[in-house]
Amino acid sequence: MSDAVSVLLGARVDGPVTVEDAGLCGMIVLRGDLSSPAFKAACTEILGAGVPEALGSTVAGDRAVLWMSTDEVLVLAPFAEASALTASLAEALEGTHHLVADVSDARAVLRLTGGALRETLARLTPADVAPASFPPGMVRRTRLAQSAAAIRMVSDNEAEVYCFRSVARYVMDILANAAQGRPLGLF
Amino acid sequence: MLILTCPCCGVAADETELAPGGEAHLKRFGPGSSEDAFEGYLFLRQNPRGVHFERWRHAYGCGKWFHAARSTTTMEVFGTYSAQVTEPPPEITAKIAAAGKPTA
Amino acid sequence: MTTRLATGGRLLDRGRSVSFTFNGKRLSGVEGDTLASALLANGQMLMGRSFKYHRPRGVVASGAEEPNALMNLGSGGRFEPNQRATTQELFDGLEAASQNHWPSLEFDIGAVNSHVSRFLPAGFYYKTFMAPRPAWKHVFEPFIRQSAGLGRAPKERDADVYEHAYLHVDVLVVGGGVAGLTAARAGGLSGASVLLVEQTGHWGGRAPVDGAEIDGQGAEDWIASAVTELEAMPNVRLQTRTMGAGVYDHGYALVYERLTDHLSDKTGPRHRLWKIRARHIVTATGAIERPLSFAANDLPGVMLASAVRDYVVNYGVSPGDRTVVVTNNDDAYRTALALKEAGLEVPAILDARLEATGALPEAARAAGIRVLTGRGIAKVKGRRAVEGVAICAQAGEGAVLEEIKCDAVAMSGGWSPVVHLWSHCGGKLNWDDAGAFFRPDPSRAPTGADGTAFVTVAGTANGHLLTAEAIADAHEAGKAAAKAAGHTATRKAAPKATSEVEAPMAPVWMMPQGAGAALRQKMWLDYQNDVKVSDVQLAAREGFESVEHTKRYTTLGMATDQGKLSNINGLAILAGSLNAAIPQVGTTTFRPPYTPISMGAIAGEARGELFQPLRRTPLHDWHEANGAVWEPVGAWRRPYTYRKPGEATEDAVAREITATRASLGLLDASTLGKILVKGPDAGRFLDMLYTNMMSSLAIGKCRYGLMCSENGFLMDDGVVARLSDDAFLCHTTTGGADRIHAHMEEWLQTEWWDWKVYTANLTEQYAQIAVVGPNARKVLDKLGGMDVSKETLPFMAWADGALAGHAVRVFRISFSGELSFEVAVKANEGRALWDKLLDAGAEFGATPYGTEGLHVLRAEKGFIMIGDETDGTVIPQDLGLGWAISKKKDDYIGKRAQERSHMTDPARWKLVGLETVDGTVLPDGAYAVGDGVNENGQRVTQGRVTSTYYSPTLARGIAMGLVLDGPDRMGEVIDFASLDGTGTVVKTKIVDPVFFDKAGEKQNV
Repeated sequence: MSDAVSVLLGARVDGPVTVEDAGLCGMIVLRGDLSSPAFKAACTEILGAGVPEALGSTVAGDRAVLWMSTDEVLVLAPFAEASALTASLAEALEGTHHLVADVSDARAVLRLTGGALRETLARLTPADVAPASFPPGMVRRTRLAQSAAAIRMVSDNEAEVYCFRSVARYVMDILANAAQGRPLGLF
Repeated sequence: MLILTCPCCGVAADETELAPGGEAHLKRFGPGSSEDAFEGYLFLRQNPRGVHFERWRHAYGCGKWFHAARSTTTMEVFGTYSAQVTEPPPEITAKIAAAGKPTA
Repeated sequence: MTTRLATGGRLLDRGRSVSFTFNGKRLSGVEGDTLASALLANGQMLMGRSFKYHRPRGVVASGAEEPNALMNLGSGGRFEPNQRATTQELFDGLEAASQNHWPSLEFDIGAVNSHVSRFLPAGFYYKTFMAPRPAWKHVFEPFIRQSAGLGRAPKERDADVYEHAYLHVDVLVVGGGVAGLTAARAGGLSGASVLLVEQTGHWGGRAPVDGAEIDGQGAEDWIASAVTELEAMPNVRLQTRTMGAGVYDHGYALVYERLTDHLSDKTGPRHRLWKIRARHIVTATGAIERPLSFAANDLPGVMLASAVRDYVVNYGVSPGDRTVVVTNNDDAYRTALALKEAGLEVPAILDARLEATGALPEAARAAGIRVLTGRGIAKVKGRRAVEGVAICAQAGEGAVLEEIKCDAVAMSGGWSPVVHLWSHCGGKLNWDDAGAFFRPDPSRAPTGADGTAFVTVAGTANGHLLTAEAIADAHEAGKAAAKAAGHTATRKAAPKATSEVEAPMAPVWMMPQGAGAALRQKMWLDYQNDVKVSDVQLAAREGFESVEHTKRYTTLGMATDQGKLSNINGLAILAGSLNAAIPQVGTTTFRPPYTPISMGAIAGEARGELFQPLRRTPLHDWHEANGAVWEPVGAWRRPYTYRKPGEATEDAVAREITATRASLGLLDASTLGKILVKGPDAGRFLDMLYTNMMSSLAIGKCRYGLMCSENGFLMDDGVVARLSDDAFLCHTTTGGADRIHAHMEEWLQTEWWDWKVYTANLTEQYAQIAVVGPNARKVLDKLGGMDVSKETLPFMAWADGALAGHAVRVFRISFSGELSFEVAVKANEGRALWDKLLDAGAEFGATPYGTEGLHVLRAEKGFIMIGDETDGTVIPQDLGLGWAISKKKDDYIGKRAQERSHMTDPARWKLVGLETVDGTVLPDGAYAVGDGVNENGQRVTQGRVTSTYYSPTLARGIAMGLVLDGPDRMGEVIDFASLDGTGTVVKTKIVDPVFFDKAGEKQNV
């Protein structure tokens, strides 16, 4: 839909760590028995990315599957593909106990880039974000200041933060504020 | 400020990532139950000075409920375990017994 | 007179002068000074006034324990009261002012309190201000507020910024003295990640002043090489100006870093509060010297012996030309020697012990200092400064043997380990008879999640006052901490220190030990709160035998210094009065923070725009640009109404309601919770969750449902839509979405875990727009794309479709009694659809309305609102909602509770409509009064108002309320008490709660 706009309207704050709106992003919540052949097959065949291990993620091109809980993953895909993928996943899982829903509009995705992004996060989350505890590929749902968020360490220089759209402005602001802090010399 | 390891996702979660849920292993009494049984279910709690079996939810994480066996006096945690059981698993009660703590 | 010495001052950079002001007067100090040392260098010994008696006070200490030298610092947005001059490093442009005096520091009218001090004993406030009660508010409190108090509260917004940071480490070492450095080194060498923090700007603690030889080096050289070694370890992090503020469960610690307090340039965060998770914590926090209790021990010029030594050695400041040293231990002799070495006079050392033959006393004698043993101070002479001391036998009652002229007194009553951090989380203490202090009991340590100790105390803080012992202890502590964190302890040897042999100290709690009442009334224990030996003794006589009671009765240790100097002395006096041993009396509880930390540091980034997360709907920006008056609903901001330029709020509300009833209103309903419940057991699950039957709902239809807690009380309501055989969409209240989602998951995970149901909170996936009013269908038809006719989409049905090219789900439900469609569209398209609705609706006068309009519209129809008609004590049966409670179901959450006798009592207050006889609006929350009084002598009540509004539709006030037997009393006029305090009542008629369109004709079109 051409009228769709991301909640943060492309906001971006540059600095040693850049915090930016990652823009419209397809997101699908998928619940079911993660260990079942049907669930695994749906992920591999439709998304090309397998079911991730706990706290992990799998990536295939512009799609990714993020582990959210023992019976839930979050599928990332190009925004335009979300509706069709949702339908395909529902079809593939037909007959098994599952839940699939397009949540592309429910959340915002923020991207952090820069070598000091772990310090930015360390100002806001009680989670241990040191490289040994939070390596690339890991997904951690936690708290950023006063809001719930999920963090995916894409690489040592890039992380993505997923939060509900209603608090996207707050999360953007606290991340931008934290990103502008003086170096802490951690990590 | 406790740290409890969520048995569902394995994260050693900070207390601020968790939501407390009170005493564990309550048996629900519904319509037809006696006044005493219903009162016990709804209101009466052990509140022990010692090992407490309690419910927590990894609210800022995987969202799952779990159980913890924790001393209310020393904050020692004897283990966390599934919310889908009606009594503590034997390895946890054994650990508590080995520590010489009563499990009232 | 205090002054700067020509030479000396190891922390000074004498080449760099620093300019500052004190009470408006321009003074200069030297780079490296503290505010206290700079004031002393300028001859300013008088630094404050005490809290109660306004007695003139000088600086007593040189560090964090200082009780007297509290200052107002800064101005405007950087004004801050009650800052210790001893911990404030001097910088160019520093503004300091003394406090708690009027009109000036030198002449203070409040000091008259001192002359009437015999009338202001312990518990004075409790005894005096009890009666008459009104006098407290009008006489006593204003007077006390004016005359008491320390600095004034800042008035302006804090100009600085603050931040938090989280750090996970293996070992946190608190204290950067030689013990802390040693422990950090041992931990680091063992491979642990270590954070070492030191509250001052310098490493090494007291060692450079007190003298020590470690690994064959002088203290200063050893410290420099130890810091270099630690800095080279990648696993060790060092921070100065960083205080360990508190230790909490499971290795959590708050660490307070001061970044700009010592700088002229205030850019960047001022304070940083570190939230540390450590596997093990080593506290190497040293010890604090105790004062001695002799008469007039609070005169400016009486200082701790260690502080005198610090000012001479660290800052090149002379505390006076002639300093008498009074002590019960060998350590204070170091002060005499330091003074002598600086070329100052020490007329005498008064040693309360009967003999003093150790190395230090001998060195003093060799330096030509007169040493008097078995002697003490009977009284310090002087009115506003020390002029001399009267000497007496310590064993006696204070008969003066000799008077010595002097202008300073250096006192030492022994040392108390700083055990605060050990105690914060439950570490217990043992009394050490030899040192006369409490020391940590390692067998009763704070324990962590695994049941083992997670705090180890090292060095002087552990009761090892001699350097060699302290270092050996700290090395072991560092190894043990690393081991506890899962590393293998280093095999490298501990640093080796040599210590001078010191003779045992002798406890002295009162000087002289047989002092009479007159002297005891002049012996200060707590300087800041003006608590004297006589006050604690009085408290004991009056029966305050518990140390916690005595503390609160006398205010001992309750000042901003939290009794760092006074606690042990006060305890000993109390024990003496009770003829009990000190450990039997026990200590008061140590609580964090160790010294006060700023409010800004606690808040961190959470201020202004970042104070708390505000939840914004997809239409937020439109609301903001169109005159929204915001109403907080949970964390959401919803428009209460939209004011046009010049329009009053109530006029705007009335306009919105009228337009909606007459033609077309639009409401942003996006905040309503939308929870997807799916699975083979979804219907069964919803039957348990709601009071009515949901499993029987047809696909494509909607049903209003009520949700109760297990306690039976109504907790949420909303419309459920059946999407498919195994899927339902549950709408919740705005405030209820997260709570109800959690409620569902709780029952699914912890009670019915074998039921096959998944939930997903889809609240924010959709923007939801209520299109309301007689022209609602017309505007949707105009947008085009789906059939919303009465036939295709009847009341309480829903349909998927498209409107103006947007995929939508339309629910034909109404919370206003009007023809109404709630249109859900993907949130990212919400604004676009809203704009199109406004555009297409222009010809119908489309009017966005806010939450107040929503409330009035629903009240006109008698619809209840969770939070208005409910308050956690109301059951659905109270609200005439029996029709929404299934009689067929065996069970639902809350059903058993609703069978309790109190819930089925016919005398429960029940919902009715209320109309004032004169048409005015009832006051919100007003009570209906009956005849007579209850057992508490209060007027009998028989009901209360739950919602009350002016209805523009009916042009009168309407209200809903809960009234005793209400539904059976239709037409009766009862009295509601007005809330204006006049005692008048508002005559009100009980009516049907549906005020408007009782037949529901408007919505069924």
